[in-house]
Amino acid sequence: MPDSQEDLQTTPLDSLHRELGAKMVPFAGYDMPVQYPAGILKEHLHTRESASLFDVSHMGQAFLMGDEAIEAFETLVPGDYQVMAEGKTRYTVLLNDQGGILDDLMATRIAGGLYLVVNAACKDQDFAHIEAGTAGKANLEILTDRALLALQGPKAGDVLARLAPETEDMKFMNFREVNIQGHECFVTRSGYTGEDGFEISVPSKDAEAFAKLLLSQPEVEPAGLGSRDSLRLEAGLCLYGHDITTETTPIEGDIKWVVNKRRREEGGFPGAAIILDQLANGTERLRVGILPDGRAPAREGTEIQDTNGNTIGTITSGGFGPSVGGPVAMGYVATAFAEPGTAINLIVRGKPLAAKVVKMPFTDKSYKT
Amino acid sequence: MSVKYTNDHEWISIDGDIATVGVTDYALQQLGDLVFVEVPEAGRVVSKGDEAAVVESVKAASEVYAPISGEVAEGNSAVADDPATVSGDTSGNGWFFKIKMSDASELDSLMDDAGYKAYVDGLE
Repeated sequence: MPDSQEDLQTTPLDSLHRELGAKMVPFAGYDMPVQYPAGILKEHLHTRESASLFDVSHMGQAFLMGDEAIEAFETLVPGDYQVMAEGKTRYTVLLNDQGGILDDLMATRIAGGLYLVVNAACKDQDFAHIEAGTAGKANLEILTDRALLALQGPKAGDVLARLAPETEDMKFMNFREVNIQGHECFVTRSGYTGEDGFEISVPSKDAEAFAKLLLSQPEVEPAGLGSRDSLRLEAGLCLYGHDITTETTPIEGDIKWVVNKRRREEGGFPGAAIILDQLANGTERLRVGILPDGRAPAREGTEIQDTNGNTIGTITSGGFGPSVGGPVAMGYVATAFAEPGTAINLIVRGKPLAAKVVKMPFTDKSYKT
Repeated sequence: MSVKYTNDHEWISIDGDIATVGVTDYALQQLGDLVFVEVPEAGRVVSKGDEAAVVESVKAASEVYAPISGEVAEGNSAVADDPATVSGDTSGNGWFFKIKMSDASELDSLMDDAGYKAYVDGLE
Protein backbone atom coordinates (compact mmCIF):
# COMPACT_ATOMS: atom_id res chain seq x y z
CA MET A 1 0.00 0.00 0.00
CA PRO A 2 1.36 3.46 -0.81
CA ASP A 3 2.68 5.23 2.24
CA SER A 4 3.49 8.66 0.94
CA GLN A 5 1.00 11.38 0.17
CA GLU A 6 2.16 11.57 -3.47
CA ASP A 7 1.27 7.93 -4.16
CA LEU A 8 -2.35 8.34 -3.09
CA GLN A 9 -5.09 8.08 -5.65
CA THR A 10 -7.98 10.49 -5.62
CA THR A 11 -11.67 10.06 -6.39
CA PRO A 12 -13.59 12.17 -8.94
CA LEU A 13 -14.95 14.18 -5.97
CA ASP A 14 -11.52 15.19 -4.66
CA SER A 15 -11.84 18.90 -5.38
CA LEU A 16 -15.39 18.96 -4.00
CA HIS A 17 -14.18 17.44 -0.70
CA ARG A 18 -11.58 20.19 -0.39
CA GLU A 19 -14.14 22.84 -1.32
CA LEU A 20 -16.38 21.49 1.47
CA GLY A 21 -13.52 21.72 3.98
CA ALA A 22 -13.02 17.99 4.47
CA LYS A 23 -10.20 16.60 6.56
CA MET A 24 -8.50 14.16 4.19
CA VAL A 25 -6.74 10.95 5.26
CA PRO A 26 -5.11 8.06 3.40
CA PHE A 27 -7.42 5.04 3.20
CA ALA A 28 -6.85 1.94 1.06
CA GLY A 29 -4.47 3.88 -1.16
CA TYR A 30 -6.86 6.81 -1.66
CA ASP A 31 -6.94 10.30 -0.26
CA MET A 32 -10.39 10.25 1.37
CA PRO A 33 -12.51 12.58 3.53
CA VAL A 34 -12.63 11.27 7.10
CA GLN A 35 -14.89 14.13 8.16
CA TYR A 36 -16.18 17.54 7.10
CA PRO A 37 -16.28 20.63 9.35
CA ALA A 38 -19.43 19.38 11.15
CA GLY A 39 -17.41 16.51 12.64
CA ILE A 40 -18.01 12.78 13.03
CA LEU A 41 -20.62 13.05 15.81
CA LYS A 42 -22.88 15.46 13.94
CA GLU A 43 -22.41 13.65 10.63
CA HIS A 44 -23.38 10.38 12.30
CA LEU A 45 -26.49 11.79 13.98
CA HIS A 46 -27.55 13.65 10.84
CA THR A 47 -27.41 10.37 8.89
CA ARG A 48 -29.70 8.71 11.45
CA GLU A 49 -32.29 11.47 11.28
CA SER A 50 -32.10 12.87 7.75
CA ALA A 51 -29.75 11.96 4.87
CA SER A 52 -26.01 12.10 4.25
CA LEU A 53 -23.87 11.84 1.15
CA PHE A 54 -20.74 9.66 1.31
CA ASP A 55 -18.11 9.36 -1.41
CA VAL A 56 -17.31 5.66 -1.76
CA SER A 57 -15.73 5.93 -5.20
CA HIS A 58 -12.63 4.14 -3.91
CA MET A 59 -14.60 0.91 -3.95
CA GLY A 60 -14.25 -1.41 -6.94
CA GLN A 61 -17.05 -1.78 -9.50
CA ALA A 62 -17.20 -4.36 -12.26
CA PHE A 63 -19.48 -6.31 -14.57
CA LEU A 64 -19.11 -10.07 -14.79
CA MET A 65 -20.78 -10.97 -18.07
CA GLY A 66 -21.56 -14.05 -20.12
CA ASP A 67 -24.01 -16.94 -20.42
CA GLU A 68 -22.17 -18.89 -17.74
CA ALA A 69 -21.33 -15.89 -15.52
CA ILE A 70 -23.76 -16.83 -12.73
CA GLU A 71 -22.64 -20.45 -12.50
CA ALA A 72 -18.99 -19.42 -12.67
CA PHE A 73 -19.44 -16.77 -9.94
CA GLU A 74 -21.15 -19.32 -7.70
CA THR A 75 -17.95 -21.40 -7.64
CA LEU A 76 -16.33 -18.54 -5.69
CA VAL A 77 -19.11 -17.60 -3.23
CA PRO A 78 -21.70 -19.43 -1.06
CA GLY A 79 -24.66 -17.37 -2.31
CA ASP A 80 -27.47 -18.63 -4.57
CA TYR A 81 -27.50 -16.30 -7.55
CA GLN A 82 -29.37 -18.63 -9.89
CA VAL A 83 -32.56 -18.17 -7.92
CA MET A 84 -32.39 -14.38 -8.08
CA ALA A 85 -34.32 -12.24 -10.54
CA GLU A 86 -32.67 -9.48 -12.53
CA GLY A 87 -32.52 -6.27 -10.52
CA LYS A 88 -31.96 -8.02 -7.19
CA THR A 89 -28.85 -7.48 -5.11
CA ARG A 90 -27.34 -9.87 -2.59
CA TYR A 91 -24.47 -9.53 -0.12
CA THR A 92 -21.93 -12.33 -0.33
CA VAL A 93 -18.33 -13.28 0.43
CA LEU A 94 -15.42 -14.54 -1.66
CA LEU A 95 -14.05 -17.63 0.08
CA ASN A 96 -10.69 -19.39 0.15
CA ASP A 97 -10.30 -23.17 0.29
CA GLN A 98 -10.30 -23.12 4.10
CA GLY A 99 -13.63 -21.28 4.14
CA GLY A 100 -11.87 -18.04 5.15
CA ILE A 101 -13.22 -14.78 3.76
CA LEU A 102 -11.18 -13.04 1.02
CA ASP A 103 -13.59 -10.09 0.88
CA ASP A 104 -17.26 -9.24 1.24
CA LEU A 105 -19.13 -7.73 -1.67
CA MET A 106 -22.45 -6.83 -3.24
CA ALA A 107 -23.46 -8.70 -6.37
CA THR A 108 -26.52 -7.72 -8.42
CA ARG A 109 -28.20 -9.73 -11.18
CA ILE A 110 -28.34 -7.63 -14.33
CA ALA A 111 -29.19 -8.56 -17.92
CA GLY A 112 -26.40 -10.85 -19.13
CA GLY A 113 -24.52 -11.18 -15.86
CA LEU A 114 -23.66 -9.51 -12.58
CA TYR A 115 -22.75 -6.05 -11.31
CA LEU A 116 -20.19 -6.28 -8.50
CA VAL A 117 -19.09 -3.78 -5.84
CA VAL A 118 -16.06 -4.79 -3.75
CA ASN A 119 -13.94 -3.20 -1.02
CA ALA A 120 -11.29 -0.66 -2.05
CA ALA A 121 -8.44 -2.30 -0.15
CA CYS A 122 -9.15 -5.69 -1.77
CA LYS A 123 -10.25 -4.71 -5.24
CA ASP A 124 -7.11 -5.58 -7.22
CA GLN A 125 -6.78 -9.01 -5.67
CA ASP A 126 -10.56 -9.61 -5.81
CA PHE A 127 -10.75 -8.83 -9.50
CA ALA A 128 -7.70 -11.02 -10.24
CA HIS A 129 -9.29 -13.82 -8.21
CA ILE A 130 -12.67 -13.50 -9.93
CA GLU A 131 -11.08 -13.28 -13.36
CA ALA A 132 -8.98 -16.40 -12.74
CA GLY A 133 -11.89 -18.26 -11.18
CA THR A 134 -14.30 -17.56 -14.03
CA ALA A 135 -11.81 -17.74 -16.94
CA GLY A 136 -13.35 -19.11 -20.12
CA LYS A 137 -16.85 -18.78 -18.69
CA ALA A 138 -17.33 -15.08 -18.08
CA ASN A 139 -15.75 -11.73 -18.86
CA LEU A 140 -14.81 -9.35 -16.09
CA GLU A 141 -15.13 -5.72 -17.08
CA ILE A 142 -13.68 -3.43 -14.40
CA LEU A 143 -15.46 -0.08 -14.32
CA THR A 144 -12.70 2.47 -13.83
CA ASP A 145 -14.70 5.41 -15.16
CA ARG A 146 -17.51 5.43 -12.60
CA ALA A 147 -17.78 7.08 -9.19
CA LEU A 148 -19.88 5.61 -6.37
CA LEU A 149 -21.91 7.77 -4.00
CA ALA A 150 -23.88 6.56 -0.99
CA LEU A 151 -26.98 8.53 -0.02
CA GLN A 152 -27.94 7.22 3.41
CA GLY A 153 -30.58 8.00 6.00
CA PRO A 154 -34.33 7.83 6.61
CA LYS A 155 -34.94 10.76 4.22
CA ALA A 156 -32.78 9.35 1.41
CA GLY A 157 -35.87 7.83 -0.23
CA ASP A 158 -37.71 11.17 -0.32
CA VAL A 159 -34.66 12.95 -1.69
CA LEU A 160 -34.05 10.52 -4.53
CA ALA A 161 -37.76 10.23 -5.38
CA ARG A 162 -37.84 14.01 -5.82
CA LEU A 163 -35.02 13.81 -8.39
CA ALA A 164 -35.97 10.45 -9.91
CA PRO A 165 -39.59 9.43 -9.22
CA GLU A 166 -38.97 5.94 -10.62
CA THR A 167 -36.79 5.14 -7.56
CA GLU A 168 -39.68 5.58 -5.15
CA ASP A 169 -40.98 2.01 -5.32
CA MET A 170 -37.54 0.40 -5.09
CA LYS A 171 -37.20 -1.91 -2.11
CA PHE A 172 -34.09 -2.66 -0.09
CA MET A 173 -31.56 -4.67 -2.15
CA ASN A 174 -33.21 -3.71 -5.45
CA PHE A 175 -31.15 -2.39 -8.35
CA ARG A 176 -32.25 -0.20 -11.24
CA GLU A 177 -30.58 1.74 -14.04
CA VAL A 178 -31.98 5.23 -13.80
CA ASN A 179 -31.34 8.46 -15.66
CA ILE A 180 -31.25 11.04 -12.88
CA GLN A 181 -31.37 14.59 -14.25
CA GLY A 182 -29.28 13.57 -17.26
CA HIS A 183 -26.84 11.30 -15.40
CA GLU A 184 -26.79 7.57 -16.28
CA CYS A 185 -26.88 5.99 -12.83
CA PHE A 186 -26.89 2.47 -11.43
CA VAL A 187 -29.00 2.75 -8.30
CA THR A 188 -28.95 0.06 -5.61
CA ARG A 189 -31.16 0.52 -2.57
CA SER A 190 -28.58 -0.57 -0.01
CA GLY A 191 -25.88 0.79 2.20
CA TYR A 192 -23.53 0.41 5.12
CA THR A 193 -25.12 2.53 7.81
CA GLY A 194 -28.11 0.53 9.04
CA GLU A 195 -30.39 3.13 7.45
CA ASP A 196 -32.47 3.15 4.32
CA GLY A 197 -30.54 4.58 1.41
CA PHE A 198 -28.91 4.11 -1.95
CA GLU A 199 -25.55 3.43 -3.46
CA ILE A 200 -25.42 5.26 -6.76
CA SER A 201 -22.87 4.60 -9.47
CA VAL A 202 -22.44 7.58 -11.78
CA PRO A 203 -19.97 8.26 -14.62
CA SER A 204 -16.84 9.91 -13.18
CA LYS A 205 -17.23 12.94 -15.43
CA ASP A 206 -20.70 13.59 -13.97
CA ALA A 207 -19.82 12.78 -10.36
CA GLU A 208 -19.20 16.29 -9.09
CA ALA A 209 -22.32 17.76 -10.70
CA PHE A 210 -24.39 14.85 -9.40
CA ALA A 211 -22.95 15.14 -5.88
CA LYS A 212 -23.69 18.87 -5.87
CA LEU A 213 -27.24 18.17 -7.00
CA LEU A 214 -27.72 15.79 -4.06
CA LEU A 215 -26.05 18.20 -1.62
CA SER A 216 -28.35 21.00 -2.81
CA GLN A 217 -31.33 19.07 -1.41
CA PRO A 218 -32.27 20.51 2.00
CA GLU A 219 -32.09 17.15 3.80
CA VAL A 220 -28.60 16.23 2.62
CA GLU A 221 -25.23 16.97 4.27
CA PRO A 222 -21.82 15.50 3.40
CA ALA A 223 -20.43 12.80 5.68
CA GLY A 224 -17.02 11.15 5.77
CA LEU A 225 -15.44 7.78 6.46
CA GLY A 226 -15.36 8.46 10.22
CA SER A 227 -19.13 8.49 10.59
CA ARG A 228 -19.48 5.71 8.01
CA ASP A 229 -17.48 3.54 10.41
CA SER A 230 -19.42 4.48 13.56
CA LEU A 231 -22.73 4.03 11.69
CA ARG A 232 -21.87 0.55 10.41
CA LEU A 233 -20.55 -0.47 13.83
CA GLU A 234 -23.83 0.49 15.52
CA ALA A 235 -25.64 -1.38 12.74
CA GLY A 236 -23.60 -4.51 13.55
CA LEU A 237 -22.15 -4.65 10.03
CA CYS A 238 -18.72 -6.20 9.48
CA LEU A 239 -15.68 -4.25 8.35
CA TYR A 240 -13.59 -6.48 6.13
CA GLY A 241 -10.01 -7.00 7.35
CA HIS A 242 -11.14 -6.43 10.94
CA ASP A 243 -14.37 -8.28 11.81
CA ILE A 244 -14.06 -10.82 9.02
CA THR A 245 -10.76 -11.91 7.45
CA THR A 246 -9.12 -14.85 5.69
CA GLU A 247 -8.85 -16.35 9.19
CA THR A 248 -12.59 -16.31 9.85
CA THR A 249 -15.36 -18.28 8.17
CA PRO A 250 -18.87 -16.89 7.58
CA ILE A 251 -20.11 -19.22 10.32
CA GLU A 252 -17.63 -17.92 12.90
CA GLY A 253 -18.42 -14.40 11.67
CA ASP A 254 -22.13 -14.95 12.40
CA ILE A 255 -23.12 -14.23 8.82
CA LYS A 256 -24.15 -17.81 8.11
CA TRP A 257 -27.16 -16.53 6.15
CA VAL A 258 -24.76 -15.85 3.25
CA VAL A 259 -24.75 -19.63 2.71
CA ASN A 260 -28.07 -19.90 0.89
CA LYS A 261 -30.33 -22.96 1.09
CA ARG A 262 -29.49 -24.55 -2.23
CA ARG A 263 -25.78 -24.08 -1.63
CA ARG A 264 -26.07 -25.77 1.79
CA GLU A 265 -27.56 -28.76 0.02
CA GLU A 266 -25.25 -28.79 -2.99
CA GLY A 267 -21.98 -27.29 -1.72
CA GLY A 268 -19.66 -26.46 -4.63
CA PHE A 269 -18.06 -23.34 -3.16
CA PRO A 270 -14.52 -22.97 -1.72
CA GLY A 271 -14.16 -24.42 1.76
CA ALA A 272 -17.62 -26.02 1.51
CA ALA A 273 -16.66 -29.10 3.54
CA ILE A 274 -15.41 -26.95 6.43
CA ILE A 275 -18.30 -24.51 6.28
CA LEU A 276 -21.00 -27.17 6.03
CA ASP A 277 -19.41 -29.02 8.95
CA GLN A 278 -19.44 -25.80 10.99
CA LEU A 279 -23.09 -25.21 10.08
CA ALA A 280 -23.97 -28.66 11.38
CA ASN A 281 -21.69 -28.85 14.42
CA GLY A 282 -20.96 -25.25 15.38
CA THR A 283 -17.68 -23.42 15.79
CA GLU A 284 -15.27 -22.81 18.64
CA ARG A 285 -15.75 -19.05 18.47
CA LEU A 286 -18.35 -16.58 17.26
CA ARG A 287 -18.56 -12.90 16.42
CA VAL A 288 -20.82 -11.13 18.92
CA GLY A 289 -21.96 -7.64 19.85
CA ILE A 290 -20.42 -6.23 23.03
CA LEU A 291 -21.79 -3.44 25.19
CA PRO A 292 -19.32 -2.06 27.77
CA ASP A 293 -21.05 -1.15 31.06
CA GLY A 294 -19.14 2.09 31.60
CA ARG A 295 -18.30 4.97 29.33
CA ALA A 296 -14.81 3.98 28.17
CA PRO A 297 -14.66 2.78 24.57
CA ALA A 298 -12.87 -0.54 24.00
CA ARG A 299 -11.00 -0.46 20.70
CA GLU A 300 -9.96 -3.06 18.16
CA GLY A 301 -7.43 -5.49 19.66
CA THR A 302 -8.80 -5.26 23.21
CA GLU A 303 -8.53 -8.56 25.08
CA ILE A 304 -11.80 -10.12 26.25
CA GLN A 305 -11.79 -12.17 29.46
CA ASP A 306 -14.40 -14.16 31.32
CA THR A 307 -15.23 -12.99 34.85
CA ASN A 308 -12.55 -15.34 36.20
CA GLY A 309 -9.77 -13.67 34.25
CA ASN A 310 -9.38 -16.25 31.47
CA THR A 311 -8.81 -14.92 27.96
CA ILE A 312 -11.82 -15.78 25.80
CA GLY A 313 -11.46 -13.52 22.78
CA THR A 314 -10.59 -10.19 21.17
CA ILE A 315 -12.48 -7.09 20.08
CA THR A 316 -12.32 -6.57 16.30
CA SER A 317 -14.17 -3.22 16.09
CA GLY A 318 -14.96 -0.90 18.93
CA GLY A 319 -15.60 2.73 19.63
CA PHE A 320 -18.22 5.22 20.62
CA GLY A 321 -21.72 4.89 19.20
CA PRO A 322 -23.12 8.42 18.86
CA SER A 323 -26.74 7.19 18.54
CA VAL A 324 -26.32 4.71 21.39
CA GLY A 325 -24.69 7.50 23.40
CA GLY A 326 -21.95 5.23 24.70
CA PRO A 327 -19.34 2.70 23.75
CA VAL A 328 -20.17 -0.24 21.44
CA ALA A 329 -18.02 -3.05 20.09
CA MET A 330 -17.96 -6.36 18.33
CA GLY A 331 -15.49 -9.18 18.56
CA TYR A 332 -14.93 -12.91 18.73
CA VAL A 333 -15.51 -14.93 21.89
CA ALA A 334 -15.34 -18.63 22.69
CA THR A 335 -18.77 -20.03 21.76
CA ALA A 336 -19.63 -20.84 25.40
CA PHE A 337 -19.67 -17.06 26.05
CA ALA A 338 -21.60 -16.01 22.93
CA GLU A 339 -25.08 -16.03 24.48
CA PRO A 340 -26.57 -12.51 24.78
CA GLY A 341 -26.46 -11.34 28.39
CA THR A 342 -23.18 -13.11 29.21
CA ALA A 343 -21.00 -11.00 31.52
CA ILE A 344 -17.45 -10.47 30.27
CA ASN A 345 -14.50 -8.18 31.02
CA LEU A 346 -12.61 -6.00 28.56
CA ILE A 347 -8.99 -5.25 29.37
CA VAL A 348 -8.60 -1.54 28.65
CA ARG A 349 -5.31 0.12 29.63
CA GLY A 350 -4.56 -2.85 31.87
CA LYS A 351 -7.82 -2.72 33.80
CA PRO A 352 -10.82 -5.05 33.45
CA LEU A 353 -13.95 -3.16 32.42
CA ALA A 354 -17.29 -4.92 32.84
CA ALA A 355 -19.27 -5.53 29.65
CA LYS A 356 -21.87 -7.88 28.30
CA VAL A 357 -22.54 -9.79 25.14
CA VAL A 358 -25.56 -8.37 23.30
CA LYS A 359 -27.55 -8.98 20.16
CA MET A 360 -26.77 -6.66 17.26
CA PRO A 361 -27.63 -4.21 15.77
CA PHE A 362 -27.18 -1.65 18.54
CA THR A 363 -29.69 0.61 16.77
CA ASP A 364 -32.87 -0.20 14.86
CA LYS A 365 -32.57 -0.49 11.11
CA SER A 366 -34.80 1.59 8.85
CA TYR A 367 -34.53 -0.47 5.66
CA LYS A 368 -37.43 -0.16 3.21
CA THR A 369 -38.87 -3.67 2.87
CA MET B 1 0.26 33.38 36.77
CA SER B 2 2.09 32.18 33.66
CA VAL B 3 1.12 29.69 30.98
CA LYS B 4 3.46 27.23 29.30
CA TYR B 5 2.97 24.70 26.49
CA THR B 6 4.32 21.29 25.44
CA ASN B 7 4.99 19.76 22.01
CA ASP B 8 2.05 17.46 22.76
CA HIS B 9 -0.32 20.44 22.74
CA GLU B 10 -0.93 20.69 26.45
CA TRP B 11 -1.09 23.98 28.31
CA ILE B 12 0.18 24.37 31.86
CA SER B 13 -0.99 27.27 33.99
CA ILE B 14 1.29 27.94 36.97
CA ASP B 15 0.02 29.32 40.27
CA GLY B 16 2.59 28.97 43.06
CA ASP B 17 3.57 25.28 43.15
CA ILE B 18 0.34 24.14 41.50
CA ALA B 19 0.32 23.45 37.74
CA THR B 20 -3.10 23.16 36.07
CA VAL B 21 -2.97 21.11 32.85
CA GLY B 22 -5.29 20.99 29.86
CA VAL B 23 -5.15 20.51 26.11
CA THR B 24 -4.99 23.33 23.57
CA ASP B 25 -7.59 24.29 20.98
CA TYR B 26 -5.21 22.93 18.34
CA ALA B 27 -5.18 19.52 20.07
CA LEU B 28 -8.94 19.48 20.31
CA GLN B 29 -9.29 20.38 16.66
CA GLN B 30 -7.03 17.45 15.76
CA LEU B 31 -8.87 15.03 18.05
CA GLY B 32 -12.41 15.97 17.06
CA ASP B 33 -15.40 15.68 19.37
CA LEU B 34 -14.39 14.10 22.67
CA VAL B 35 -16.58 11.21 23.81
CA PHE B 36 -14.58 9.97 26.80
CA VAL B 37 -12.12 11.54 29.22
CA GLU B 38 -10.32 9.81 32.09
CA VAL B 39 -8.48 11.99 34.59
CA PRO B 40 -6.02 10.91 37.32
CA GLU B 41 -7.03 10.64 40.96
CA ALA B 42 -5.66 12.98 43.59
CA GLY B 43 -2.58 11.61 45.33
CA ARG B 44 -1.12 9.81 42.31
CA VAL B 45 2.56 10.61 41.89
CA VAL B 46 3.58 11.20 38.28
CA SER B 47 6.88 11.81 36.54
CA LYS B 48 7.18 14.14 33.59
CA GLY B 49 6.17 12.16 30.48
CA ASP B 50 3.94 9.63 32.29
CA GLU B 51 0.47 8.95 30.94
CA ALA B 52 -1.78 10.99 33.19
CA ALA B 53 -5.14 11.24 31.40
CA VAL B 54 -6.90 9.68 28.42
CA VAL B 55 -8.98 11.46 25.81
CA GLU B 56 -11.03 9.62 23.25
CA SER B 57 -12.83 10.83 20.16
CA VAL B 58 -15.24 8.74 18.10
CA LYS B 59 -12.28 7.44 16.12
CA ALA B 60 -9.36 7.07 18.48
CA ALA B 61 -7.89 7.16 21.97
CA SER B 62 -4.98 9.44 22.89
CA GLU B 63 -2.98 9.93 26.05
CA VAL B 64 -2.39 13.16 27.89
CA TYR B 65 1.10 13.06 29.41
CA ALA B 66 2.15 14.67 32.66
CA PRO B 67 4.07 17.72 31.45
CA ILE B 68 5.79 18.01 34.80
CA SER B 69 6.60 15.78 37.77
CA GLY B 70 4.73 15.90 41.05
CA GLU B 71 1.64 14.70 42.88
CA VAL B 72 -1.82 14.99 41.36
CA ALA B 73 -3.73 17.48 43.49
CA GLU B 74 -7.04 17.12 41.64
CA GLY B 75 -8.55 15.56 38.53
CA ASN B 76 -11.35 17.52 36.89
CA SER B 77 -14.41 15.32 37.38
CA ALA B 78 -16.51 17.74 35.31
CA VAL B 79 -14.69 16.81 32.08
CA ALA B 80 -14.76 13.12 32.99
CA ASP B 81 -18.52 13.32 33.57
CA ASP B 82 -19.15 15.32 30.43
CA PRO B 83 -16.33 15.33 27.85
CA ALA B 84 -18.20 18.02 25.89
CA THR B 85 -17.16 20.45 28.67
CA VAL B 86 -13.74 20.61 27.02
CA SER B 87 -15.09 21.86 23.69
CA GLY B 88 -15.12 25.62 23.48
CA ASP B 89 -13.48 26.04 26.87
CA THR B 90 -10.18 24.20 26.60
CA SER B 91 -8.29 26.80 28.63
CA GLY B 92 -11.03 27.38 31.21
CA ASN B 93 -13.43 24.76 32.61
CA GLY B 94 -11.91 22.20 30.26
CA TRP B 95 -8.78 21.66 32.39
CA PHE B 96 -7.84 18.02 33.08
CA PHE B 97 -5.77 17.87 36.27
CA LYS B 98 -3.70 19.89 38.74
CA ILE B 99 -0.23 18.80 39.82
CA LYS B 100 1.65 19.91 42.93
CA MET B 101 5.05 20.32 41.29
CA SER B 102 8.10 18.58 42.75
CA ASP B 103 10.62 20.26 40.46
CA ALA B 104 9.63 23.65 39.08
CA SER B 105 12.83 23.81 37.03
CA GLU B 106 11.18 21.35 34.60
CA LEU B 107 9.09 24.30 33.46
CA ASP B 108 12.14 25.87 31.87
CA SER B 109 12.09 23.48 28.91
CA LEU B 110 8.46 24.27 28.04
CA MET B 111 7.31 26.80 25.45
CA ASP B 112 5.81 30.17 26.25
CA ASP B 113 2.82 31.60 24.40
CA ALA B 114 4.81 33.01 21.48
CA GLY B 115 6.92 29.85 21.22
CA TYR B 116 3.86 27.62 21.08
CA LYS B 117 2.16 29.81 18.50
CA ALA B 118 5.25 29.59 16.28
CA TYR B 119 5.36 25.80 16.85
CA VAL B 120 1.73 25.35 15.74
CA ASP B 121 2.22 27.65 12.74
CA GLY B 122 5.13 25.43 11.74
CA LEU B 123 2.84 22.38 11.74
CA GLU B 124 0.33 23.83 9.30
